[in-house]
Amino acid sequence: MHFEPTLLWAIVLLPLAGFLVNGAAALAAPGRKTIPTVVGPGVIGLAFLLALVNFFQMLGADLHAPIVERYYSWMPVGELQIDAALQLDQLSMLMALVVTGVSFLIHVYSIGYMGADPGYARYFSYLNLFVFFMLVLVLAANFPLMFVGWEGVGLCSYLLIGFWLRDREKADAGKKAFIVNRIGDVGFLIAMFLLFANLGTLDFEGVFAAAPNAFSFGGPVVTAIALFFFLGATGKSAQIPLYIWLPDAMAGPTPVSALIHAATMVTAGVYLVARASVLFAMAPVAIIVVAGIGALTALFAATIGLAQYDIKRVLAYSTVSQLGYMFVGVGVGAYAAGIFHLMTHAFFKALLFLGSGAVIHAMHEALHHTHSDWDAQDMRNMGGLRHHLKYTWIFMWIGTLAIAGVWPFAGFFSKDEIIWQTAARAVGPFQGWFTVFWVMALIAALLTAFYMTRLMILTFHGENRTGADAAKHLHEVSPVMWVPVAVLALLSIVGGWVNVPEAIARIPVLGWIPHAEWIHDWLHPVVGPADEILAANVGPLAEAAPFGGGEAAWAIYSFAIATAVIVIAASLVLRWQYRPAVESVAPTGFKRVLYRKWYVDEIYDALVVRPLLALSRWAWKVIDQGIIDGAVNGAGYATRGLGWVGSRLQTGQVNTYAFAVVIGALLLIGLAAL
Amino acid sequence: MLMNSLILAAILFSLGVAGVVMRRNAIILFMCIELMLNAANLAFIALSRAVGIEGQVFVFFVMTVAAAEAAVGLAIIISVFRLAETVDTKHFNLLRW
Repeated sequence: MHFEPTLLWAIVLLPLAGFLVNGAAALAAPGRKTIPTVVGPGVIGLAFLLALVNFFQMLGADLHAPIVERYYSWMPVGELQIDAALQLDQLSMLMALVVTGVSFLIHVYSIGYMGADPGYARYFSYLNLFVFFMLVLVLAANFPLMFVGWEGVGLCSYLLIGFWLRDREKADAGKKAFIVNRIGDVGFLIAMFLLFANLGTLDFEGVFAAAPNAFSFGGPVVTAIALFFFLGATGKSAQIPLYIWLPDAMAGPTPVSALIHAATMVTAGVYLVARASVLFAMAPVAIIVVAGIGALTALFAATIGLAQYDIKRVLAYSTVSQLGYMFVGVGVGAYAAGIFHLMTHAFFKALLFLGSGAVIHAMHEALHHTHSDWDAQDMRNMGGLRHHLKYTWIFMWIGTLAIAGVWPFAGFFSKDEIIWQTAARAVGPFQGWFTVFWVMALIAALLTAFYMTRLMILTFHGENRTGADAAKHLHEVSPVMWVPVAVLALLSIVGGWVNVPEAIARIPVLGWIPHAEWIHDWLHPVVGPADEILAANVGPLAEAAPFGGGEAAWAIYSFAIATAVIVIAASLVLRWQYRPAVESVAPTGFKRVLYRKWYVDEIYDALVVRPLLALSRWAWKVIDQGIIDGAVNGAGYATRGLGWVGSRLQTGQVNTYAFAVVIGALLLIGLAAL
Repeated sequence: MLMNSLILAAILFSLGVAGVVMRRNAIILFMCIELMLNAANLAFIALSRAVGIEGQVFVFFVMTVAAAEAAVGLAIIISVFRLAETVDTKHFNLLRW
């Protein structure tokens, strides 16, 4: 049954209107807060309501083909016909819901968090603009329009990371994010060129309909397209080798980290792979690369997270790691599982970031009162905050249990789904690879539980390390900040219940939550073609994991391991004596390697940044200043020299001129005589 | 007869040229220019018998020009002398680079 989307364009344009209004307010009256407070969250709330209306209509409408609404012809150039068109299908609907919903909560939270900031109106205008571009990204009906959103969110990310632009370090972090993303964007562009050159269209409908016939399974062109798209995804979604910008992006305000660098923008790459699942499913090399990079990133980032002291940095590496899981999911062909984890991760990671924001906010105020210059984000300066921030403490534990994969929290279902699917899909040509990825994902899950517990214990438990003076000023944040966190906490608990595999539902105690495969059924019309391609070329899924045991068994193992790791980590970290940052000694040995992030930034600096700088300096000194400037200046000098030589002939002596006339006359006569 | 006249004209002209190139006294230069003009007049007269009457007509033009030139030239030399109290051209080299 068909249905007409309700005001689809308005979902996208409302945040843009908010941007214009808030931007005007920021220019006209930067100090006034009424307009941004009402308009900023208001337009996002309206967009969310509209998305909900469309969602319920779609639920009733059993939709099989995507709905495409064309508004005008954007780029009619010969064979290339690109429309400004939005596409509503199950995947973009789900993304739009997550984006607008989480954005709304974070906008509300920002009222409290940014309340004292002089750039309040500017902040909300950027945030609105971000939501606009994000919605363009997920709702676009063709690759170029998606690319507009893709670039737009990158721009907003840059603007918001460097929001406090008077701070050199923060402005640099913004630039780093922007530049690293450009590298990935080149991949996206090349993939689009290849698509157009081979298929002659860039509309999603056209591409995915034509691809299975135009390309052969595992052919070089489709492999190249998928890999170039994935290069774009590694930039936007912070995967190895382009993940380095995300931890630095924590320089922005914490709600921005929650919205852009955890819940929405960084998942754009996962969305891209799921959207182009038909292309990826046809390229086995790309499947291995996507899943392999995902697994490697998940494990690698988790190890770095173990040794960081900055609360936001731990969460940043955790985000990189969790994004790795999503890529494992969409890589191995479990597209629904990847998107499912994207959704639950948006809930619990936004929750964790907003919770850490509450902690930082409280710490900042307390340190401000005592005129201390301690770092408000360093966990070594915290400890025992549970007595002062009770709500935040409870919510953060919910988020921690969710991300660690403890039943019945959301992360258990989504992460377990990805890990199980990796094991189950280790068949045919992928057997060896996927078995390795599966083991890596399992280890990363174990590390996740460890570093998150460490974060919780360091922040909220044990002795208070802020000092007695500062501790007196530690207060729970205002309701406008903890209520959105509470909503996210609720979602972090129940968000996973929409997709409970049958195997888990049959386990005695754990089966209390009923079997539901809503995400799978919901996304089936979108990712079904890719599933069919994989099923036809790779074969049926395995019933047991590579080392034995079925889905239910591994669900119990992972639950048990996560719980055990949390308990062990808690007891270990409680026993380790931490001192405030100023009194601490630098970590040594392997811990130092982890603390310094495996020296990746230093390696990139030596391998990429410095050679590039040297090359640029060479081009500047030799080519620009030497050859080009030299040629221009040389022409000038030559003319001047020639003029000087000529000027010597002008002696001013009349005899000389007379002599010249005589010589000239003789020459002419001589010529005439000849 | 013609040849002798032309040779005499050439000698007079060369003397004039040599004077203009080598001497620096403005009066001498002036006289050398007169010498060259009159050498040309002599050549015109000498050739007019063989070529036609136009040569003699030209001589009048040359003499007219020489008279005008003498008037302007002497006036300039007198002005220059009043300014610099010399007519040596080596002192008059302002119009150069």
